[in-house]
Amino acid sequence: MSNIPVELKYAKSHEWARHNDDGSITVGISDNAQDQLGDMVYVELPEIGQAVTAEEGCAVVESVKAASDVYAPVSGEVVEVNEVLGDTPELVNQDAYGAGWLFRVQPSDAAELDALMSGDTYAEFLEDEAH
Amino acid sequence: MANKTPLYDEHVADGGKIVDFAGWDMPINYGSQVEEHNNVRTDAGMFDVSHMTVVDLTGARTREYLRYLLANNVDRLKESGKALYSCMLNEQGGVIDDLIVYYIRDDYYRMVVNAGTRAKDLAWLEQQSVDFSVTVTERPELAMIAVQGPNARAKTLPLLRDSVREAAAALQPFYGVFDGEWFIARTGYTGEDGFEIVLPAEEAAHFWSRLRAAGVRPTGLGARDTLRLEAGMNLYGSDMDESITPLEAALNWTIAWEPADRDFIGRKALERARAEGVRHKLVGLLLEDKGVLRNHQKVLGGSGEGEITSGSFSPTLQRAIAFARVPKDTGEHCQVDIRGKLHSARVVKPPFVRNGKAQIEL
Repeated sequence: MSNIPVELKYAKSHEWARHNDDGSITVGISDNAQDQLGDMVYVELPEIGQAVTAEEGCAVVESVKAASDVYAPVSGEVVEVNEVLGDTPELVNQDAYGAGWLFRVQPSDAAELDALMSGDTYAEFLEDEAH
Repeated sequence: MANKTPLYDEHVADGGKIVDFAGWDMPINYGSQVEEHNNVRTDAGMFDVSHMTVVDLTGARTREYLRYLLANNVDRLKESGKALYSCMLNEQGGVIDDLIVYYIRDDYYRMVVNAGTRAKDLAWLEQQSVDFSVTVTERPELAMIAVQGPNARAKTLPLLRDSVREAAAALQPFYGVFDGEWFIARTGYTGEDGFEIVLPAEEAAHFWSRLRAAGVRPTGLGARDTLRLEAGMNLYGSDMDESITPLEAALNWTIAWEPADRDFIGRKALERARAEGVRHKLVGLLLEDKGVLRNHQKVLGGSGEGEITSGSFSPTLQRAIAFARVPKDTGEHCQVDIRGKLHSARVVKPPFVRNGKAQIEL
């Protein structure tokens, strides 16, 4: 059973989003996603200042097995990226919701966050996907 | 309905992630592909390769048949149990499959061919056998387990029957020995020492569990692919197929041109191609930047374009490596298009890794 923190929001493309106190949104991939991809060996992050659009690809995570696009859960501007992943991409496997975060976005429309799934809904979504 | 090997239940019990491979339900990994890979380089891992096709060839004229069928020359096989790697070509010189053939005795050879090419291989073997009165017998009732790694032989030998243990311990690389229906060969697809063991399907699960108890770790097809890539070994369907000759697949060494009067299927086409000069070559690539090389990425080298045929991340070297088919005049450097950006790669001569050690400078 994969780990799904209830305080986060989730996209169908398996990203998680955390609404920070300063209004920004931290983005990563879910525990289920890292488990499916396997050993992470390279992460390509967006540029700071880059404008991203909800549901469009803006980062790539690569495991030994495959390269996978990461989609922005909300539109906005990238304000920080997790540069540590350049040397230690395995953090995405080891701590998908913590040290393995990918980037932080200042959203242009925070209401887009409401369109994402709750933890419970994402758990059901994974159940359905598995069948 | 996918095929299942006699070890399918073992894979599920071992936590294997099952994927389709050439119509077979096979484990891609049992958790971490990289850990499984590293374990084969440093200790011992086992692979279920029962999906591969074992074919016995019998009849008084079997040697003559194989001399005609294969680009490599079975006359090189003089001692019982000796193995030969060869391509089987069509008349155009394209590769129908790559395979290993073992010489057992003059009227009996054993061949192991790929799972993905099984049907066409068997049809071709049958078609060519008619003129030589050779009998082609597939052996689907046999399973096959590869045990690979520096400790593979030491961990396997105590589990073999007394009747064969000494002979198996004495095997030189690329030789095999029978023990009843069991066939133990010192061959593999990882660049490490070890055995490939053919055994009756009904005995496979028990032997697998004994190997596991001896500290041999189940290893999936994912690690098998990165291990063979590091070892500089081609994969049929990725690095060569029926549209590619061995000359453009870095397999020149497997073509036995001499004696010149040995006619084999594809020989005329190969001689013509060699005389005219081939336009491409298959080379090894080491990515200079961070990133991962993948199959089908475009390569800019020499006077034109090429393509990656097998690309991945090398767990041993911690760098992206690949085989690429590039223009013949490609020098020591080329560029690879990764998601629209060009990245520098160095052209190197495989293998990348052998017996746990890097074979190229990083």
